[in-house]
Amino acid sequence: MKRKGVLLVIAVLVAISLTVAACAPAGVGALQPQERMKVATTTSLYDTGLWGYLESKFEQRYDVELDIMYAGTGKALEYGSRGDVDAITIHDKAREEQFVAEGYGVERVPFAYNYFLIVGPPGDPAGIKGLSPEDAFKQLMETGSGKFISRGDDSGTHGKEKTIWGAAGFDYEAVQKAGDWYIETGGGMGPILLMASEKQAYTLTDMGTFLAYKVKLNLVPIVDKGDILLNVYSIIAINPEKHPKTNIEMANNLINFLTSDEIQELISNYGVKDYGTPLFYPCAGAELTE
Amino acid sequence: MLEIWHGLIKALELIVSLDPEVMEIAGRSLRISVTSCLLASSICIPLGSLIHFHNFRGKRAVINIIQTLFSVPTVVVGLFVFVLFSNAGPLGTFDILFTPIAMVIGQMILITPIMLGLTISALSGVGKEIVDTAISLGASGFQTALVVVRESRYAVLAAVTMGFGRAISEVGCALMVGGNIRGFTRTITTAISLETSKGDLELSIALGIILLSLALIVNVALNRLQQR
Repeated sequence: MKRKGVLLVIAVLVAISLTVAACAPAGVGALQPQERMKVATTTSLYDTGLWGYLESKFEQRYDVELDIMYAGTGKALEYGSRGDVDAITIHDKAREEQFVAEGYGVERVPFAYNYFLIVGPPGDPAGIKGLSPEDAFKQLMETGSGKFISRGDDSGTHGKEKTIWGAAGFDYEAVQKAGDWYIETGGGMGPILLMASEKQAYTLTDMGTFLAYKVKLNLVPIVDKGDILLNVYSIIAINPEKHPKTNIEMANNLINFLTSDEIQELISNYGVKDYGTPLFYPCAGAELTE
Repeated sequence: MLEIWHGLIKALELIVSLDPEVMEIAGRSLRISVTSCLLASSICIPLGSLIHFHNFRGKRAVINIIQTLFSVPTVVVGLFVFVLFSNAGPLGTFDILFTPIAMVIGQMILITPIMLGLTISALSGVGKEIVDTAISLGASGFQTALVVVRESRYAVLAAVTMGFGRAISEVGCALMVGGNIRGFTRTITTAISLETSKGDLELSIALGIILLSLALIVNVALNRLQQR
């Protein structure tokens, strides 16, 4: 008898919970009334506000909800290879080409570029001003008299940093163990700039994010010349043959949108009003070489 | 200190002016957490009763496991839900990764152990004499169970409040499975995380204050309910 009673209580409560369960997600589901598209983007295109600026224009033109995910290049590539997004906008040529070669991406389409620069405390404690990026890194390594903050997150910027260490003749694993002056973190470009400013350290940054954050920072450009510092942003649509559920049609719309004359013009003017200089240069379809 | 003061002023401004983006984010936070809290309660209260009212082998072990899961890190739950619902994962066909539904599921998984554990303690807190009295007055098993649940309703409600608190305040899982998409899956906590990383501390502080105010309102409402 007792057991029967308890079972009845449970049956009633389960019935209530099922009713609630049936109703509640419907309310949440109602949040997605129209077509959606997901793009994972490198942090710099987000931190500079460029995506925020272009998002509504794209949404209006194609009547779609554009969902922008803030991720480093490494994370964006991971989302892309799992088919969790429809397109990715990133900046690491070698890994982009590999991504396409492995069949995850349809094609690598460059749409904007700028330059990386090494920024640091105004006093330049390691005395690297005016050196080439490679020599600057050598000097940092040899003197150990300046802190350097690394993104450490497999982002495009981190990839570029490793490339420069390699070009300077160092094995990256040796750099990681070089000493307390080399600080590996993990975070978007904006947060790392804030951290470098707090700790008065050097870091490698893209020009766009640096300019967008400049007023909040006590950092100045230290090294900004060198072919190795070229920074190209590309968009890649996720290959529907690998992931049939991705929205390839809308991804292609986005590629056409970003490389259209009108948007390329907007990109080339973006930030001029606020920062006195463009944050990005347009390069639709063109292949730039270092 | 000045920043905190500015944050307070900004919070007031944002609340008084009913800033649409902030209201939308706060509304979403509340909706997602309330949904996950309701769903989790509707599972945990019956399941907790089931565990409490039945003696079975390994009951102690089950309770130990539940209590251990009180401290499951939010990012671990996030990782689990991400892997589960990713397109390449086993439940990818449902297509709910980076949607509020995935966030609700993540929060449910996160708060279920707490609600379950606290429900069991709540029911255990009801004195043996009440059970005996009920039985001696001729109550059936079902009626006895009802008496126990009614007697422990304050403590059960505390379990629900606790679950809600953990749901609305967590950020790791929301960030990983929601993706912090503006206008879709951005909640107060993920917005704070983003704004802080952008260096906009005042807006972050304002959002933090708004979150606490929301929690206050919900708690006052639940307290009112208790005093009935």
